[in-house]
Parts: sequence; structure tokens; C-alpha cells
Amino acid sequence: MDVDKCIACGTCADKCPQKVDDEYNERLQKRKAIYVPYPQTVPLKYAIDPEHCIFIKKGKCGACEKFCPSGAINFKDMEKEITLKVGSIILAPGFKSFDPSQHDTYGYANLANVITAIEFERILSATGPCMGHLVLPTEFNKPHPTGPKKIAWLQCVGSRDMNRCDNGYCSSICCMYAVKQSLMAKDHSATPLDCAIFYMDIRTQGKDFDRYYENAKKKGVRFIRSRIHSIAPVVGTDGLLLRYVEEKGASVEESFDMVILSTGIEMHPDTITLSKRLGIDLDHYHFVQSDSFHPVATSVPGIYACGAFTGPKDIPQSVMEASAAACSATERLAEVRDTQTKKIETIPERDVSREPIRVGVFVCNCGINIGGVVNVKEVVKYAMSLPNVVYVEENLFTCSQDTQDKMTELINEKGLNRVVVAACTPRTHEVLFQETLINAGLNKYLFEMANIRNHDSWVHANDPDAATKKAKDLVRMAVAKACLLSPLQEMGLPVTKSALVIGGGIAGMTAALSLARQGYPVHLLEKAESLGGHAKRLYQTFKGESIASFLEDLIREVKIEDRITVHMNTTIAHVDGFIGNFNTEIETTSGKKRIEHGVAILACGAKEYQPKEYLYGEHASVMTNLDLDDLLKIEDPRIKQAHNVAFIQCVGSRDETHPYCSKVCCTHSIKNALEIKKRNPEANIHIFYRDIRTYGVREDLYREARKQGILFFRYEPNEKPIVRHDGDSVQIAFKDHVLDRTLSIHVDILCLATAIVSYHDQGLAQSFKVPLDSDGWFLEAHQKLRPVDFANDGVFVCGMAHYPKPIEESIAQAQAAASRALTVLTMDSIKVGGVTAHIESDLCSGCLACLNVCPFKAITFNHRKGVAEVNQALCKGCGACIAACPSEAAVLMGFNNKQLYAQIKAAFAA
Amino acid sequence: MPLNFKNRDDDMEKEIFEPRIIAFMCNWCTYGAADLAGVNRMQYPPNIRPIRVMCSATVSPHHILRGFQSGADGILVGG
Repeated sequence: MDVDKCIACGTCADKCPQKVDDEYNERLQKRKAIYVPYPQTVPLKYAIDPEHCIFIKKGKCGACEKFCPSGAINFKDMEKEITLKVGSIILAPGFKSFDPSQHDTYGYANLANVITAIEFERILSATGPCMGHLVLPTEFNKPHPTGPKKIAWLQCVGSRDMNRCDNGYCSSICCMYAVKQSLMAKDHSATPLDCAIFYMDIRTQGKDFDRYYENAKKKGVRFIRSRIHSIAPVVGTDGLLLRYVEEKGASVEESFDMVILSTGIEMHPDTITLSKRLGIDLDHYHFVQSDSFHPVATSVPGIYACGAFTGPKDIPQSVMEASAAACSATERLAEVRDTQTKKIETIPERDVSREPIRVGVFVCNCGINIGGVVNVKEVVKYAMSLPNVVYVEENLFTCSQDTQDKMTELINEKGLNRVVVAACTPRTHEVLFQETLINAGLNKYLFEMANIRNHDSWVHANDPDAATKKAKDLVRMAVAKACLLSPLQEMGLPVTKSALVIGGGIAGMTAALSLARQGYPVHLLEKAESLGGHAKRLYQTFKGESIASFLEDLIREVKIEDRITVHMNTTIAHVDGFIGNFNTEIETTSGKKRIEHGVAILACGAKEYQPKEYLYGEHASVMTNLDLDDLLKIEDPRIKQAHNVAFIQCVGSRDETHPYCSKVCCTHSIKNALEIKKRNPEANIHIFYRDIRTYGVREDLYREARKQGILFFRYEPNEKPIVRHDGDSVQIAFKDHVLDRTLSIHVDILCLATAIVSYHDQGLAQSFKVPLDSDGWFLEAHQKLRPVDFANDGVFVCGMAHYPKPIEESIAQAQAAASRALTVLTMDSIKVGGVTAHIESDLCSGCLACLNVCPFKAITFNHRKGVAEVNQALCKGCGACIAACPSEAAVLMGFNNKQLYAQIKAAFAA
Repeated sequence: MPLNFKNRDDDMEKEIFEPRIIAFMCNWCTYGAADLAGVNRMQYPPNIRPIRVMCSATVSPHHILRGFQSGADGILVGG
């Protein structure tokens, strides 16, 4: 396939006679042997499947070649071996969904209405086999499917399971996706839908996930704590029978229309083979063997890994790791940055300000995509009649390279100073045509498109007359706007090539070191008198590494790094400026000082919740996990002398005041419990919990703890354990959910797994114009796709300031923040201008309406002049200020009111 | 009591009323969705005249009133 020639019209797939299972849609429907692998592919081009193409296999057919309007089919294309010389490698091979048919788990292979979660994703998807309608697999071919009334999700299929498979780990993502699917299924169902999720522990430990879970409960999703043994068909129907034991101990039989297996993730055999070839060590589950302090490094220097390959994880964490891997991979290449890049030569721009308007219109046939419906000749003739149009041309493919060359010539030959292309969509092709304008010496903003394909010929294929009329209207509207276009300038603003990192904990120090090693000066601010933050009190990671020795090394590295200036006992007084050009006033013990920096990274951490409950601070036996870490570090004799030890989980977490999961406490408690057991094997250890959230490979610790005889008791939030004084020890009364009786124990050490709470630092947030969420965590630009960015450019977040997280995730996020900051620091200048807002000061009455609606805080009020002003570097060109301005003083360049009014007027002016 | 307007309704009785609609489409969502409708060859009536804007928030009452002044029977703001 020649991707330069393919216009993605789909004729080839239409004509291809070979039907193949569509693997993107989990084989729930068919595709052709020439196909687009999935609808969002970039670039949107067709591909030939050599395994199924009749021509490649048997030498016959070739229908696609015969019908392709642009000659893009190339059967002679062969697989090529390309050798690349690189300095680093990043592995992001992803995962494979657990295949439940391999052990016939839950009759998946035989029962049609038992499907995997990923199959259900496709059923719910608008681009899936059912166009997003909720349809039972047994009703796929029925003209009027009734849809399911009851759906069950079975959690931990292929996860936390050493019997049916060897996947002892938790896949981390399935609880959350099952909750999401249940809510989406309810939305997609025309009739009330009963959703039941059968689970062992609900693990919604991510940011805002617990709220989502609680909301699902409110919306009627049933959560049933039970591991289902098997699924039986309901004789004579397509229904499915589940047997389970409910909370009170009664055995229940319930039938469902559909059962979804929440399948876990595992490594693909190809990934394991690749790792062997590269010599990368994998752990016993075939994930990358990495240490907590180098989360994206592999055992081979220069090779990095990210995503599910380093352990099960969700999208935000994968995106963070991807940026972290990019940071690590380029760190060692910093010295040779830009040594192999080329600079683009610029062509001088023609001044068109004194020229009369001369519009050129290029009307595209797009093969038969437009020409097959719209009467292009008529549109061409009509365009010629429009005012200011001096030249019109019809093209078979306007986007082809030869047409671009010809267009460049024509612009000069005919003296065109406005160009309209009537073809496809500006979203994919505007940039290409703008490039042609630049090559012809015209400002690229003197260009307008009329979308006569996606918005016309393709959607009105059965009404050629109406489509032709609409095409003429669209061309007229585009020409009307084009006549009013003026050149827009883009300027470069200089970038201050240094960073400010706020917070001297693990996250802040990691980010500072990463940037320094990439060659940029860093100011590292710490409000306390020493570096290290809360990590100073932590004992060990879940993998058993010593945090103290790592921290010692990290602090030493920061101190000896020439490019890092550490400011102790320092806070932020005031922040001015914007991306690339910040000017921050800091307050130190010796007075105020100003720092210029191009980027800022907020790594100011969080703190431990100080419990008011469970006799904390009133009885010497009651302590937090950080207190216990201190005892473990100094080998306090109480550890060895204790007969009974207890942990209470979720102290201050997942309640009304802090309605979130603090993420680290389950693992922290279990790790500490195992450590006590190691030093004092006779100790009886009890852990009181709500859900054990040892996600990922941390699950091994939970299994080990049970093996070692550590006892786990679940409690409900309305029946919390009760702690009383009892001399040197404390008494804990609790309800045992198996016996359904109240029991009590006496313990020598009671450790409270306390919440991690934010500093709610509103002042810092306002200084950098970034938001906090309702729990006081810094709120990123996009929770999934931009996990360390803010809407305000040039400011980034990492570590616990974002949300509670373990050390390895803090480090990965710090490296990710450094990576994102580098995208700014490596720029020679920041391009501003183009499609941005501008406020005409003569018309501005200073009402501040624009300032209040600007989502990017790009507008400031000039008190001296009494008018609002737009910072071109921050403006994203949304135009919200334009609608808010009562006097039309705000103007969006390239979309100004005169241009829009002209388009509106032209819409029906035929 | 139903209002009795004597204007286009009279024409409507003679021939089928074909509304003329201006659609302000956000570049990032609705415009892209309309593009995708084309890619998927979804067919819909040809009554809409789209105008691309960089965000639906930029559409002001002025734009909507101008639309009606220019002869639109309906305005769609998609964003």
C-alpha cells in the first residue's frame, strides 16, 4: 500500500471479496482482507492483510488494484529489514488479555453469553459490532434484539489465581473497568438493567476511583463479595445460572442473561521471547524485573520499559511511565541532542497588504469520492462567478504532491493572495495546504477550506442535486470568509532555560536531578531545613529495599550536582510570568529573592493524617505506620517482645472527610506485619481491613502474609473495631464477619494505617494559576492523558502533591514531569500568535467579562490603561472571550466576527 | 388557544417545509464528529450549513441573531 497515495476512500474494502474475522472487534464481526485496522488509526490509511489477501496467497483477484482511484495498491511491496543506530531503546509492548478458553474457565468456550470484558468493551463501543447498542451475543443476528435485563461481572478471572492459572498478581485495572462497564451498560440499556459485580476485594485505589465506586453503589450496581465457582446454563434458555453464598451465609442461585469475565492482563509470549533476545531479566510473572528506585530501567543499561510490561497498570500510570522512560532514555543522550536534526529553510513572505483581493479556488474530485456525487464541473463554474475569485481549477486529487507543486506555481503565476480548497476536512489537510502557501511565499493564514467531502458528498450520497447545491453554498461561504482573511504573524518568545522545582522530597529531588542531568540549571526549593521529606521516616519498599540508603544517595547526588541550587527554609512569595518566562519571588531566612525560570514543577508532597480515633496519642501502644517504621529502623525491643499485634486499615481514608483511598496503606501494613513476623515469629498479627488493596505484584505479599498465619478480619465502616485502654496493652472489640459474632483481643502494638492528606495549598495553586480538587490534590490537565501537566502551560506536578502513591510511582511521575518540562526547555523559542485572541483597547470598557471566562487565565487587566489584555503565549484561541465581550472588543484572529458574519450571510445568499 | 401566525406556515401547507439550518461546530469535537459521520457514510438530510469555530464558547448571541437575520430557520451549536 502506498500510504502517500491512499486517500482512505474505502473503495478497496468495498470491492474486496475476502471476509476475515475482525480481531480489533474481538472477532465479533468480519472485516475485509484490505482494511483500516481500527477507526482512529493515524494516518487513516488502508492496509493489506497478507495472510488473507487472495492475490498475495493465490495470485488471483486484484480487485482493490483495479478499483483504487488513486493507484495506491502496490502488491510488489515487500517486507524490508531496516537497520537503525540508536543510543537508547524503550520497550512498550503492552499486554495480552487473559484467554479464559484455555482452561475452559466458566464455560467461556461453550456458552455464547459468557464473554470477556474486552469483548463487552467492543459491544458498548460506537465503532463496535453493535454500533454501541447493548445486545446479547445470542441475539446478534436478530432483527429486534431485546437486550439483556441482568448482567453479572466476575472479577479476578486470570488474576489472583494460582489454581486455574499461574497469575498470582492482581491485574490492577479490572475492578475499575467493571464498575465503569456496569454504569455504561446501564446508560446504554433502553430498559432498567440489573448489574451485579462478584468480587473478592474492590480495588479502586486510583485518583477519584473510590468516589466512582461509591457512586456506582448509589446508582444500584450490586457488589457481591463472592468468588463464583462455575457457570451453569439454564436449561431451555440462553440464561446462565450462578450459585453463590451471600453475606449472611445462605446459598443463593441466581440467573443472569449475560456474564462478563473481568479478565486480567498477562505478558504475550512474543514479549517474553523479545526480552530473552535482548537479555532483559523478567520476574516470575514475566514482567520486567526493576527496582523501586528505577521504575523504568531494565537489567540492560540503555534499555527502558514502560506500561503494562513493568507490571499491571492503568492508563494514567502508563502515560506517566512513558514520559519517564523518554526522560531516562534521553538523559544519557543529552550531550548529542539535536546533532542529527535538520533546520527547515524559510521562504520570504510576500506582502499582500496593498494588493487587491485575488482568490484562487481549487475544487477536488477526490477520485470519485466527491466527483461521484457532486457535479464538480458545475461547482467550478459557480465558483468562477463569485466576487474576487480570479482563478478556479478542478483537480482529481488536490492533495497529491504534483498538485501541490502546481498550486505553488499557480499562486505566483496568477498572483493569488487568498486560496480556497474545496475538498475534504481541514482537520486532516489544512496543514498540508498551508505548507503549500508557505512554499509559495504566502502567509499560511490566507487559506480557507470548504469541506465538500466529509460534510457533503459522503453524507448525501443519494441526493446528488442537493449535494451539489450544498457544495456551492460551502464554496461561497469559504470564499466570503477568505476575502476577509488577513495575514497572521507568529512570533518567537525566548525561553529561560532553567527550572524551578518546589519540594525537596523524593519526587522533587528526582525531577531536579533528571533536569540537571539533561543539562539545565535547576532551583530546588524546600520549606523545611533538610531534604528528604516524609521518606526520611519510611523503612522499606514493598520489594524490601532500604529507603534510607537510597535517600542518602539521592540527597548526596543532589548536593554535588553543580546545576542544582538548593534553597532551604524557603517558600514562594509571588509568581509572575508564563511558560518559558516565569519570574518568581522566593522568601528565605535571609530575605526575598527573585528567580527567573522557564518551567515549574510542583512536588510539594502530602502529610500523614493525625488520627483522633482509636486512642492515638492517648496510649503508648497505639501508633501510625510511620511510627512503626521508626521502631523497626531502630530495632526497638517492643517488636520482639510483642505477643499480639494489630493493624487497623483505612484510618481517615475512604470516609466522609477523606472520600478517597490512600493507596499505599494496605501494602505498608502487610509489609510491616511480615517484618514483625520475621523478627518475632511467635507474634500473633491481626489486620482489620475493608478491602485489601495490594494491587499488581504486591498481591504476593498478601498471599505470603496469609501463609505466615497473619489473620485478616474485615470490618464494615458502620461497625468499626472499638479500642479501649487495658493497662499496658489495648483491647480491640470487633465483629467477625464469618462467625457473625463480636470478639475481642488484647494487643501490645496497635498500628493505625492512617490516611495521607493534602496540604490544601491554595496559595501555591493560585500563584501558578493551577487548580486543586476538592480533596486538595493538584488537579492535572487530563486525568488519563495528561497526568503531569496543567492547563496552564509550563507548570507540572509530581509525587504526592498529585495523589497518594508509593515511591516507585512517585519517581516515575517525577521523571515524567521532568520529561514534560524538557519539551519546553529544549525549545529555542515559544511560538505565540496565529489563531489567538486580541482585545481592541479602544473598544474595551474594562468590564472583565473576558477575564472571568478565560479557561487558560491568559487575560489580565491593565490597571493603568483600564483595559483587558491577552497574553499571546497563554491564549489557546478558544474564543470564549469573544462571546463574553459585550462590545465586540475581543477578536479571535482568523475567526473574527466580520469573517463569521460574512460566512453566516453567505450561507443562504444563493 | 393556539397562536395563528400567517407566514411560512402557509407555504408549508403547499410544499414540504425544508428548514435551513446553520451549525456552529467546535473544531475539536462536533466538527470532528461530522467528519467521522462522513467516514462512516452515515446519511443525513442536506439542510445544514456548517461553520467551523475553535470552540462553541466563542458563539455569541450576535452570531445566532445574525444567523436568523440571514434567513436561517434554526441554529445548531455543537460543542
